[in-house]
Amino acid sequence: MPRRLSEVEKNIVRLFQGDLPLEPYPFRLAARELGLGEEELLARLKALQREGIMRRFGAALRHRKAGLVANAMIVWQVPEAEVATAGRKLASFREVTHCYQRQTRPEWPYNLYAVVHGSNRQQCEVLARRLAAAIGHYNYRLLYSTAELKKESMRYFVEDWGPPPRGGPQ
Amino acid sequence: MDQLDRRLLNLIQEEFPLVARPYQEIGRRLGLSEDEVIRKISKLKADGIIRRLGGVFEPRQLGYTSTLCALKVPPGRLAEVAEVVNSFPGVTHNYLREHDYNMWFTLIGPDRRHLEEVIRAIKEHTGITEFLELPVEHPFKIRVNFDLEAEV
Repeated sequence: MPRRLSEVEKNIVRLFQGDLPLEPYPFRLAARELGLGEEELLARLKALQREGIMRRFGAALRHRKAGLVANAMIVWQVPEAEVATAGRKLASFREVTHCYQRQTRPEWPYNLYAVVHGSNRQQCEVLARRLAAAIGHYNYRLLYSTAELKKESMRYFVEDWGPPPRGGPQ
Repeated sequence: MDQLDRRLLNLIQEEFPLVARPYQEIGRRLGLSEDEVIRKISKLKADGIIRRLGGVFEPRQLGYTSTLCALKVPPGRLAEVAEVVNSFPGVTHNYLREHDYNMWFTLIGPDRRHLEEVIRAIKEHTGITEFLELPVEHPFKIRVNFDLEAEV
């Protein structure tokens, strides 16, 4: 179970899930808003990162605009006994940005997922073959993305999530 | 984008310095002035290459939970279904993919019950019945930065 965050930590999350100002002392204003010293804020950010609460701090890119136009989610059907080893191996590849084991469904037997990006499809295919050679030749397929319909950063602690969503447009 | 931009992007994705004057520090490492770094980052933002500069948080560590959903949407209804799906704030990524299951989105929420409510609402509003929900059993890697210098 994750530990409970303090109110100050929640305020740090609320602030830094937004955009850091492009000015010489970008943390100074934030610190003032949070009622902290600049040094204390920096120390707390480092602590959140060390604890894995903040995965990283830095730039989030639109990878298509950065020239990585081919994106494939490779899904594999790996025997249960092999999945941990295969997952660790896939994760060790620098080119794999995300790797998860997920639940299967009767109509969806794939249990291991690796996301890769490249400047074209051929790069993704070559990489998929290298990955397949590394983990054993299990059944897999590449699901290329053809359009990005939404990509946003999650906004945490912004509202009372209490009532279930009535949701949808209108 | 030139080679210097790529070096800058790799640096600020992976090792953005948590110091009082980060842009000066980035400049020091790349041989640029603080002002040049700020101008380059502004340009990369204006060009849409940088989406945001800030913290990337781990939902589970914040007490949130997440899942992946895949839908079979008839080609003629993609825009309309996407509008419903994207209207929920917990839907952070939504992609069309080449498969019968053609719409794939990630959903984050404060608990399982919330995710189930959103999924139920999406099904109700869209009438889509071929719907997979694929929660994580085990994460092996979540690296949300992209190596731009390794490109050939």
